[in-house]
Amino acid sequence: MPPAGTPATTEATIEAGRIRRNWLLAAPALALLLIGASGPLLIVLVYSFLEPGDYSGVIWKFTPRAWFEIFLKRDIFDGTLGVADAHLTIFWRSVRLSLLTTLITILLGFPTAWFIATRPRSQRALWLFLITIPFWTNLLIRTFAIMEVIRNQGVLNTVLLQAGLIAEPIQILYTDTAVLIGMTYVYLPLMVLPLYAAIDRFDFRLAEAGYDLYASRLQVLRRVILPLVRPGLIAGSILVFVPSLGAYVTPRVLGGGKNMMIGNFIELQFGQGRNWPLGAALSMLLLLIVMAALLVYVRVSGRENPHG
Amino acid sequence: MVPPSLQPAAGPSETPRIAVEARNASKAFGQGDALTRALDDVSVAIRKGEFFTLLGPSGCGKTTLLRLIAGFDTPTGGSILLNGRDITADPPNRRPVNTVFQSYALFPHLTVLQNIRFGLDMLGRKRAEADARAAEMLALVRLEGFASRRTAQLSGGQQQRVALARALAPEPEVLLLDEPLSALDLKLRKEMQRELKRLQRETGITFVFVTHDQEEALTMSDRIGVMQGGRILQIGPPREIYNQPANRFVADFIGETNFLDGEVGAIAGDTATIELAAGSVTVRSAGLDRGQKVTLAIRPEQVRIGEAEGLPAVVTGNVYFGTDTHCHLELSGGAGVVARLQSAADDATPLGEGTAVRVSFTPGSVQVLAD
Repeated sequence: MPPAGTPATTEATIEAGRIRRNWLLAAPALALLLIGASGPLLIVLVYSFLEPGDYSGVIWKFTPRAWFEIFLKRDIFDGTLGVADAHLTIFWRSVRLSLLTTLITILLGFPTAWFIATRPRSQRALWLFLITIPFWTNLLIRTFAIMEVIRNQGVLNTVLLQAGLIAEPIQILYTDTAVLIGMTYVYLPLMVLPLYAAIDRFDFRLAEAGYDLYASRLQVLRRVILPLVRPGLIAGSILVFVPSLGAYVTPRVLGGGKNMMIGNFIELQFGQGRNWPLGAALSMLLLLIVMAALLVYVRVSGRENPHG
Repeated sequence: MVPPSLQPAAGPSETPRIAVEARNASKAFGQGDALTRALDDVSVAIRKGEFFTLLGPSGCGKTTLLRLIAGFDTPTGGSILLNGRDITADPPNRRPVNTVFQSYALFPHLTVLQNIRFGLDMLGRKRAEADARAAEMLALVRLEGFASRRTAQLSGGQQQRVALARALAPEPEVLLLDEPLSALDLKLRKEMQRELKRLQRETGITFVFVTHDQEEALTMSDRIGVMQGGRILQIGPPREIYNQPANRFVADFIGETNFLDGEVGAIAGDTATIELAAGSVTVRSAGLDRGQKVTLAIRPEQVRIGEAEGLPAVVTGNVYFGTDTHCHLELSGGAGVVARLQSAADDATPLGEGTAVRVSFTPGSVQVLAD
């Protein structure tokens, strides 16, 4: 063993102490995560492999039945197995509406973020501040506000009727369109902010260079601007897609009872459905989809880093 | 997209043909009291195949003029012509003009080769043709073997070369260079100056070069346009700009100059006597009137120090530069004059402070500037 106090060992001791101190500083947050997030998650995972109790709750008996129940259903009369098409419809609606929400927030958010990033620096703070104003109000209240706009006797239909553009109110409320409008409205800021951050870092002289080298405006957008703001685009897409997929309040209020999304379906299992294991299995599946999406993001943005 | 014609119009070579021309071009920013005229009624005709430099201090409008030619900005007045055709309304992608940016503006998400190919791809050139041309450009700027590198992995000088190759690849009619050497250190800058000159000779493309460095302008250009306050003050070959500055600003901005205030005295034939506080100097009389207030501009290397004839002066100090020594003198009457004395092989000790001498000027080297 080398004599104590040589420079190498002293340095190693200091380094070890530094790491220990950092761990201690992070301990409260880590403990909270462990108790508040990982613990319940573990319970949900365990519940998904148990049998449902007769009046809610679970029976402590291992079975993978809930996982099969997601995709398959047993016919009430002859007992044969069939595809659980009602479940798949809900899944498909969730994924479709979430993807559409992401797409629409990109189409609306990109010009908005571009507009803010090209304002004089002194004005940008104001615009960003305006973007964040909706966050001050409770999600439920904002959703009811949207409802007030799109319902049959709402602002939109009244204006269109008064203007003589339509003969009778358009039914928007309690349709997929209503859910789409609601989610787009709620999640748009989550797209604008990361896009703004990416565009703000973009060197506009590169757009000029592209334009100078015979690229049309559209080609400059596609060949120069989009590749360079892609990290922001991906971050915004994740921030919008993930909560959209698990949305509960918006489809509940604007979609009525019939246009369920995964979030509502899960809630149903723990409530009226009295099938806690199925609800737990659905929750885990949702988590897996989200994790897959995040994994794609990490892979793609990781590849971008060396030259982005 | 219709590719812009990159072929020079065939025609008999007569008087120098004009590649690009600004006619009464103006550019103003802002409105009302906040209105600034970045470019004020500028007309300049740049000849085909020439190395033309726009020289001036920052804010003189040289970059604004370049941006009008490139098409990034539209003039608030006047027009831009390319080969005699009005291109004022054409967007940058419809002009056979390419730019080397001060910041290089290389695309960070593309390789060196992809950067160079960008313009060719946008013009819709065939793949094989674009590849061949890009390889040719890489060889021209001596960056063979760097094709697949990312631009961030290159040194400043190499990035500079890629920017040049990228702008030259589509064979533009005119290459615009916006202070491309300002980010390089002195040694590299000197090297790139020679390199640019070589590229211009080899390609025969018209270069419009913007700089605030007067030495760069003098060493590289066929002609220089000196700019100040949004106007062009003088256009001419380097020697003319240096030896016959049109006004005090040009004389002061290019090289070092001694200015002496005086008044036109007697005029006899084609010579005139200028009365200074320290005595009188004889110059050519062309365009001068008796009693006119004038300023004499004399380059330090044209100042001679002797004992017999000339204006009486006293040595006030010496500054040693290696290749030469600047001898600071005070003429009787108080005006200061600097004389540049070339270092001799034996390197004689300079004149001591307080030495009384006589100062004269090389005949024909004194420029008379009307006030």
